[in-house]
Amino acid sequence: MEPMTYPSIDWLAITPLIVLLGGTMIGLVAGSLTKMWRSSAYAVSTAVLAVAALAVSIAIWVDVDSDGPRTIINDALTVDHFTVFVWIGITISLGLVSLSSANFLRRESMDGPEIYALYVTASLGGMIMAASNDMIVLFLGLETLSIALYVLAASNRRRVESQESGLKYFILGGFASAFFLYGVALVYGATGTTNIGGISDVLSREIFVRPDDAMLLAGLALMLVGLGFKVAAAPFHFWTPDVYQGAPTPVTALMASVGKFAAFAAFVRVLVSALSNRSEDWRPVIWVLAILSITLGSVLAVVQTDVKRMLAYSSISHAGFILIGLEAAGHSGDVEGVPSMFVYMMIYSVLVIGSFTVVSLVTRSGDARSDLAAFRGLGAQRPALALAMTVFLLAQAGVPVTSGFIAKFGVIKSAVVNDSYAIAIIAMVASVIAAFLYLKIMISMWLSDDADGAAPKESVEVPWSAATVIAGAAAFTLVVGVWPNWLIDASRDLLVLIN
Amino acid sequence: MSMIAAATEGSLPFPILTALIAAPALGALFTVLSSNRRPEITKLIAVLSSVFTGALGLWLLAAFEKGEEGFQFASRHEWIGAWGIGWNVGVDGISLFLVVLTGVLFPLVIVGVDPHHDEKRYLSWLLLLEAGVMGSFLSLDLFLFFLFFEIVLVPMYFLIGGWGYDQRIYAATKFFLYTMVGSAFMLVGIVTTAILAERDLGFVTFDLVQIAEGASFATSTARWLFFAFAIAFAVKVPLFPLHTWLPDAHTQAPTGGSVILAGVLLKLGTYGLLRFGVYLFPEAALWSREIFLTLAVIGIIWGAIAATMQTDLKRLVAYSSVAHLGFIVLGTFAFSSQAVSGGVMQMVNHGVSTGALFLLVGMIYERRHTRQIAELKGLQKVAPVFAGVFMVVMLSSIGVPGLNGFVGEFLVLIGAFPTARWWTVIAATGVILAALYLLWAYQRVFHGEPDEQNSTFAELKLREGLVLAPFIAIIVFCGVYPKPMLDRIEPSVNALLDRVEVVTGYAAPEASHSEPANAEGEEE
Repeated sequence: MEPMTYPSIDWLAITPLIVLLGGTMIGLVAGSLTKMWRSSAYAVSTAVLAVAALAVSIAIWVDVDSDGPRTIINDALTVDHFTVFVWIGITISLGLVSLSSANFLRRESMDGPEIYALYVTASLGGMIMAASNDMIVLFLGLETLSIALYVLAASNRRRVESQESGLKYFILGGFASAFFLYGVALVYGATGTTNIGGISDVLSREIFVRPDDAMLLAGLALMLVGLGFKVAAAPFHFWTPDVYQGAPTPVTALMASVGKFAAFAAFVRVLVSALSNRSEDWRPVIWVLAILSITLGSVLAVVQTDVKRMLAYSSISHAGFILIGLEAAGHSGDVEGVPSMFVYMMIYSVLVIGSFTVVSLVTRSGDARSDLAAFRGLGAQRPALALAMTVFLLAQAGVPVTSGFIAKFGVIKSAVVNDSYAIAIIAMVASVIAAFLYLKIMISMWLSDDADGAAPKESVEVPWSAATVIAGAAAFTLVVGVWPNWLIDASRDLLVLIN
Repeated sequence: MSMIAAATEGSLPFPILTALIAAPALGALFTVLSSNRRPEITKLIAVLSSVFTGALGLWLLAAFEKGEEGFQFASRHEWIGAWGIGWNVGVDGISLFLVVLTGVLFPLVIVGVDPHHDEKRYLSWLLLLEAGVMGSFLSLDLFLFFLFFEIVLVPMYFLIGGWGYDQRIYAATKFFLYTMVGSAFMLVGIVTTAILAERDLGFVTFDLVQIAEGASFATSTARWLFFAFAIAFAVKVPLFPLHTWLPDAHTQAPTGGSVILAGVLLKLGTYGLLRFGVYLFPEAALWSREIFLTLAVIGIIWGAIAATMQTDLKRLVAYSSVAHLGFIVLGTFAFSSQAVSGGVMQMVNHGVSTGALFLLVGMIYERRHTRQIAELKGLQKVAPVFAGVFMVVMLSSIGVPGLNGFVGEFLVLIGAFPTARWWTVIAATGVILAALYLLWAYQRVFHGEPDEQNSTFAELKLREGLVLAPFIAIIVFCGVYPKPMLDRIEPSVNALLDRVEVVTGYAAPEASHSEPANAEGEEE
């Protein structure tokens, strides 16, 4: 019997993962051995952890700048600009969501180390997905992310909606994971490898004939279903409104930011890295998914009366916009698609966290009032908060001088460069429908009088932690809107995928 | 020929165009930051920044080189390098007077119209709006233009929605969404234009002049692109049948909002058609001219008939805008020097006269809390000065010789007659209809014996008079002596038409690119 050989490990390159894993382990142990920490202490320490991981990630970005991308741990993980960009996005989202949860969890009597540990675990899973160079590793990351999110969705034990949300997400998500895994198995069956680089090599070397080709295509289709579910693209979106509405509001923010970031990274790893030779096969599918998501998301959002549901549907439509970038990346020689996707994702993460943080304040105690009437009079009562929300909403509508315009412009440009005019026009027209939705929330905040007395009597409290998150997100939104150069320039490096 | 060659670097020691955009933007910022407890300071900031902007506009007018056709005071800085987008501003004869008009209208609105509540927010939205409008008129970069064109929606939306009348939210939302649908097409058009131009130029840029001079588009491509732009502008103008947002928005907007909306915002559409539509895609514009001429004429007649039927004075003025804007589009697509110049003049004239009309209607509403024509009667008896001012403004709107409205309309009609005869013939009846609905309205509101409620109608106050005085001055001056204005407009218009001629080989039958002074000799 041969002696077991261990792969050599590039410890430096996985420091962000280790920081998060170690930090959350220590936090869990310490948290369970000590009495309840003082207010916001869990949140702040999680945010500090996220910042540490962010700092190391930036250092690795610089390192990749000089040393170039590489695969590590026996080709299991990839360290390239793409990986690190997603890591940066996820750690920023983690930090913001943690801070925004501080007061919320205390208000809902949910405070404790467990929630934050789950936040970190979910983020860790997402970061592994982004870095994976092997389908199995990708699946492990996906499950780590998903299971943490299932638990988080159900974490408010006092609200039956939260339980329902967790259960729905768990059952449907479980199916989606199974689809994905079966897809991986079929692709393995066709190509003989689970390694992403390996699959790409095999596909570029060999011409497939039946039945291998059919197996490959079936695998591709199943993986598309699994990932389509995770990014909440129509027609795999049915879980989104219920889950987003029922889950505790900061958890919803985490799903919409970290969850989507990771799932889109997985999309790129699977489709653009592994199956780029088959882009003629998957590109039309993505085209349909994008159009369906944008139109259905926008149209269904407009008829909602609950703000969390509205934002859930709008997140479906945003996913559609990001899929435009993926569609563009499926054209040969494309240089715009992947960068535009992740500029969009970065901008949207901050926007959605900012928006849901405002929502989490407006829902007031019990996390119950997320209907439009709960927003009435916010402009008069809390003008700064309402102004920040207005900035987030205008940005989501794609109004210039906000980051949302830069995001939309980028994906539209990527579509036009590849002559996909139809998708560009459909997307822009649908975004007008979505704009109506954002206007409805703004009308409720600024222009409605409370004629029928439906607005809650309880005033909206703005704790410092949430205020920090909202101010930071609003500042980011405006700064990127005016001065997006650095983000666009950084995103150009994402093209150099290792495979 | 080349417009880029003619572009002169600013002869002023500082970038005046950038300052024109920055001053109101900073004013908006400072009003937001000012203390809630000192409303008079907020007001002072707003007045000072808008007056300063107005002064800059007048300075620009004085420093503008007469007879130059190209862009002046151009300033250009790289902004988003990776996408070839720059801060690229300049002014020529076509945009000059629109910039000045914007600079003059805003301080008058800020001083002259009282929002009644939440003045701080009102003023900051108004100043932000001014920055957006200025930016739209000055941008020479497609991306930058779109940015300003779109940003204008937000303050206008909140102005209508926050300070308007009963149906304000409906009107504001309609306005926002209508315009945004147009913009959706234009954004795709802009990106496509730049991407296709990159294939000719070898580098990506959104610079209007570089694209126009350096890129050539296939005929059918150019037509598609032209329509993508034209839809956005047609909504803004608004051209029949996309005009239905306008009566609602105008009627429901607060007085200040209506003045700005009619005065400058609508001109973004007609200006855009000239600056971007015709300049970038001359062949497509020429090819589709019959469509636009027809829609313009329908707008003129339709607007006039609809105005006649209105029972609400403000709605009447709103519909008259549809008719007047039809003349501008008619002039633009007549493709003759006189007609296009007349159209540009008419943009300014309509801004002045309709702006003043909305101010006056607002004053009537302040006094009587109604705009229903049926409830107003005999105001001339109790407020003769007010009636006199109304009369002058109304006559200017009708287009009576000696007042500014005549010059523009006359030039449009006389210029369009050789190139678009039958359209012009029908459009000319619109002038008569204008006299019909405005005089009839005047008669019902001002003549007769005032009944009980109208007998206490207050005479024009000093502040109101001071706000209206500049309008009257412009109306009379431009009516009597339009030459200085034409001298500055015509060279740029001729350069644009030369470009159309070079690209398409089309020359207007009588396009006399002679001395610009010829045109208005007859009507003085």
